[in-house]
Amino acid sequence: MADLETPVPGVEVDTADAATHDGAIQVLRRGLQTTPELLQGLLATALIGVAVAIGQISIPIVIQLALDRGGLTSGEVDTGVVLRLVLMAFGVLVATEALALIAKRRMIVRAEASLRRLRVLAFDHVHRQTLSVHNEQATGVMISRVTSDVDSLSRFTDWGLFVWVVEPIVVLCIFVAMAVYSWQLALLALVSFLPVFVAMRWVRTRMALAHDERRTAIGNLLGAFNESLTGAEVVRAYNAQHRTQKRLDTVSEVRYQKGLKANLYMSGVYVIGDLVGAVMLAAVLLVGVTQREALDLSSGSLVAIMFLITLLLTPIAELGETINTAQEAVAGWRKVLDLLDQPIEDLDPETGVALSAGALSIAANHVAFDYGDGVPVLRDVSVELPAGRRIAIVGETGSGKSTFARLLCRLADPTSGSIMIDGVELTDVAGDARHRAIRMVPQDGFLFDATIRENISFGRADATQADIDQAIDLLSLEAWVAGLPDGLDTPVGERGSSLSVGERQLVSFARAAVADPGILILDEATSSVDPQTDLQLTRALDRLAEGRTIVSIAHRLSTAESADIVLVFSDGELIEQGGHDELVLAGGRYAELFAAWTADIDHTA
Amino acid sequence: MATNDDLGVDDTKPTVRAGVRLVRTLLRPHIPPFATSVIGSAVFAAGTVASATALGWITDRVVIDSFEGDIAGASAVTAAALIIAIAIVRSLGVVTRRYFAGMTAERVERSTRQALAQQYLSQPMSWLRRASTGRLVAHVDSDAKVLTHSLHPLPFSFGVLFLAIFSGVRLVIIDPWIALIALFLFPAMTVINSLYSRFVEKPLAESQAEVATVAGIAHESFEGALIVKTLGRRQAEVERFDAAADNLRARRQQVGFIRSWMDIFRHSLPQVGILVVLLVGANRISSGSMSPGDIVEIAALFGALAIPMLVFGFLLESLIPSVVAWNRLRPVIEAPIPEVPKQIGRPEGPLEVVVDGVSFAWASAPDDIVLDDIALTIAPGEMVAIVGSTGSGKSTLCAAIAGVLDDVDDHVIVGGRALQDFHPADRAEAIAYVFQEAFLFAESIRSNIDLDGDSSHESVVMAAKVAAADEWISSLAQSYDTPIGERGVTVSGGQRQRIALARALVRDAGLVILDDATSAVDTVVEQQILSHLRSSTNATMVIVANRLATIALADRVVHLVDGRIGATGSHDELLENDDYRELVMAYAEAGDG
Repeated sequence: MADLETPVPGVEVDTADAATHDGAIQVLRRGLQTTPELLQGLLATALIGVAVAIGQISIPIVIQLALDRGGLTSGEVDTGVVLRLVLMAFGVLVATEALALIAKRRMIVRAEASLRRLRVLAFDHVHRQTLSVHNEQATGVMISRVTSDVDSLSRFTDWGLFVWVVEPIVVLCIFVAMAVYSWQLALLALVSFLPVFVAMRWVRTRMALAHDERRTAIGNLLGAFNESLTGAEVVRAYNAQHRTQKRLDTVSEVRYQKGLKANLYMSGVYVIGDLVGAVMLAAVLLVGVTQREALDLSSGSLVAIMFLITLLLTPIAELGETINTAQEAVAGWRKVLDLLDQPIEDLDPETGVALSAGALSIAANHVAFDYGDGVPVLRDVSVELPAGRRIAIVGETGSGKSTFARLLCRLADPTSGSIMIDGVELTDVAGDARHRAIRMVPQDGFLFDATIRENISFGRADATQADIDQAIDLLSLEAWVAGLPDGLDTPVGERGSSLSVGERQLVSFARAAVADPGILILDEATSSVDPQTDLQLTRALDRLAEGRTIVSIAHRLSTAESADIVLVFSDGELIEQGGHDELVLAGGRYAELFAAWTADIDHTA
Repeated sequence: MATNDDLGVDDTKPTVRAGVRLVRTLLRPHIPPFATSVIGSAVFAAGTVASATALGWITDRVVIDSFEGDIAGASAVTAAALIIAIAIVRSLGVVTRRYFAGMTAERVERSTRQALAQQYLSQPMSWLRRASTGRLVAHVDSDAKVLTHSLHPLPFSFGVLFLAIFSGVRLVIIDPWIALIALFLFPAMTVINSLYSRFVEKPLAESQAEVATVAGIAHESFEGALIVKTLGRRQAEVERFDAAADNLRARRQQVGFIRSWMDIFRHSLPQVGILVVLLVGANRISSGSMSPGDIVEIAALFGALAIPMLVFGFLLESLIPSVVAWNRLRPVIEAPIPEVPKQIGRPEGPLEVVVDGVSFAWASAPDDIVLDDIALTIAPGEMVAIVGSTGSGKSTLCAAIAGVLDDVDDHVIVGGRALQDFHPADRAEAIAYVFQEAFLFAESIRSNIDLDGDSSHESVVMAAKVAAADEWISSLAQSYDTPIGERGVTVSGGQRQRIALARALVRDAGLVILDDATSAVDTVVEQQILSHLRSSTNATMVIVANRLATIALADRVVHLVDGRIGATGSHDELLENDDYRELVMAYAEAGDG
């Protein structure tokens, strides 16, 4: 069993101990700050909770009055008095339940609205996080933040929230009613009630920890299953079923064990209230009967107090019954709030600077970068790139060329140094302006599960049909589009799976073209396209390059050869820059690369 | 959404009745913990009735008697002890009920996940492709969980039955007239609960479906996070998600409103019962057939009904989503797993490949023929380059030969054996297939290369050397034991491809298929890798090539045009073909111009 605890690399591992976790109260405070509308719902509910309590208490009061004044104890029953009492109690009951109905509906509306907002806030936050965070965290874990974690909170608002707001008030009112009959006995009941708090506190910390461990196990479970599905082809081609099965069995088993552990605490919690209630009842009975004269009690009053104590058991039991969902809710809520607390480094400035239309210049000043792990990916890169030029970035795999490109479109910010676009610090540029003016075509031509037309139009919020046609025309994709079963309205499938990798790239090219950017960054985007298609795109890009700054990262040097400026990266440093001919003559690293490439062409031609 | 999701969903109507049937099926393999839980529930019910009876007895014999001058100090102690003793028994019942109910639910969840894992790993690709990943992941988490929600309150709901029986017996003993009130109360609760379940069924089922939509959008959007960023589409994505979240909100609110009515009745019905008892009881006391203690006992009994009512409502409500979840799970869990051929070992040496008239179209676009009657024989040890324009079917042909297309396995013969007759282990040993998009597991580099864990360190290093990955890997602090993030995202595209390549090479297969597997590697390194590869193995090689130098390495070139073999022959022979020349020489021309 010991090896079940071994952390699985790449997926979320809960290393924090219980002491560092926020308690339920802090989670509640932070949660209410995040979605204040929930608080409004709670306050109204609490006020009407008092009314509900009065409705409940009316029953033992009526019993007491019936016993003492209706003559039930003495045997000389006055049915008229009893009937009046019962009708009065019924009236109170109807009124308070009607109030409860109104309060509940109000609370439901507020709670549901805040759940929706919390979900959307978390979703938005995931998209606002820096790329390095996306790299570290498994997609499955992030999905569970906006789904199952919020769902665990919603299960609580369904069944527990009203209970948790109203029942403590009911408990309070019951104690007040007891005190009216006999403050001494009420005090006695209260003292014997105290162990509940002590015991609850003890269990709660352990339970919260157990729930947290369970949620972490769920995150790991999702990560492992997600991997086995996204890598299904590899698993099959390499017959890796057994090892994957072992991994899935392990995460399932961990999840089961953690679930059982949380379940153990949950089972014990309910009982505390019940046992303490019995002790309370026994104590009150013992003292009430033996000290009745000193306390000046009627038999009806003592019965009413005992009945009030049994009434106390119901709210305590309901609290116990819903404590499971409450704990899950707190754990889920905490995870969502923790997500919302994670820094978003690339927060766009409130009033960002706009960028002018047309080609834009780029300048990097002593740019350094690492993905938060201290391993430098870029070191002291400084370069000035005039507007309207074609720039090619070459370098070996891992040289930092892709990271440099990512910094240019602000997928991350430099660890130190700065990037200027058209003389403006990139961090000061308004988000909208940046997205419009700087466009990247990444290696992975991810498409949304929509039609080709929709995917292209995603390139620009206000793209019209004419814009899309123009982009298609510019890239000479008419023939390709005509060959598709439904033309532009062909659905691409999940992640674009109905298209080949090359076709996906064609769509992402068109998606970039439709934005009409001033800087176009092509990150190895031509790597999976056949030479003919590539040539077609190269020509189209020539036309697209008109009036733009083009930054291309390609492993083929044909791009570099036709570029105005070539940047050569090696091991995170910019080691050479200049025109193609200039660099070939210089006889450095670029000259070496070029010689190898020319040999390739000569070899076959 | 759901463009190519055709695994289907069962159309069992989500009703309480269907929920009861489902629960029965789910519980069958887990009877012992469930039965233990129900026994705990019965103990609890007995304890509840006993404590109400004790309360009645105490009222008459201890409280009222003592007030009538009968000093009852001793009986007060007895009464106190009785109360605590009953509470202890009751608590034991509760702990037993809750713990074993939880265990039952956890076990059902676990067996559901095990069944899903089995399916996800054993079903062929053609089956997996029919479902969206989002759906299959949702099965593991929310569906498995929702499926078992109804199991937690179930034993307690059985407890209501016990409670009804035990208290019914008590009531008849106390007074038949009062028993009549109870006779009305219990059916009234049943009617309220059944009305409730009827009203709530539809909106609940709808909100369950909306949960799935929300999860689907999150899945797609987070997978494409990089694109969302570069396109600046965060706002649009948030709006899309918000619309779904708002739909979910509306449905849930509707359910909540219905539930609030149910709560009113649940709360007030026992209390109304107590008031009626008081009224009727007053008359029975005046006629001498009942004592005040009886009224207290009955009131306590009725009062104890509120919680089971809450739990019963919870049960009814959770049955509906359970059925919806099962409708989604069932076609997946119960899908027949195709039989696997016997393991007889792999064919040895370089393998001959015969593609015998293969045609193929993706299930999502049956009209779009990707491979059109491909017939091709590759001699053992031959290196064949597959060349063609984008979308011509190169990758699909590779997948067909590698045996991951599985629809055409009867028409592809490798080493004299049809792919459909290969045991997966034999096939994996015989054929090494490197994908265009390198997929890495979130594990160490070593276990990514040596998937089975049975290769020596030397052979792992040797494979990495051929793949030109050794130098980089050795430079890492943890070397081959360096962990890789999900999908290997902390590793660059070229490095990923090299690890994937090493994975293929370590198994010394008789057929190596490289589907543009070095596209993210620089030209120089690529040539180094390929020449190493050629000299280190005599395996048959099928390689999708976009670079002239790569094509030149091949013994033969297959030119694919729109899913058909346009021409086949040596590179020089094919240069006679205009289409081929135009395609392949595009580079050289671009280079010259």
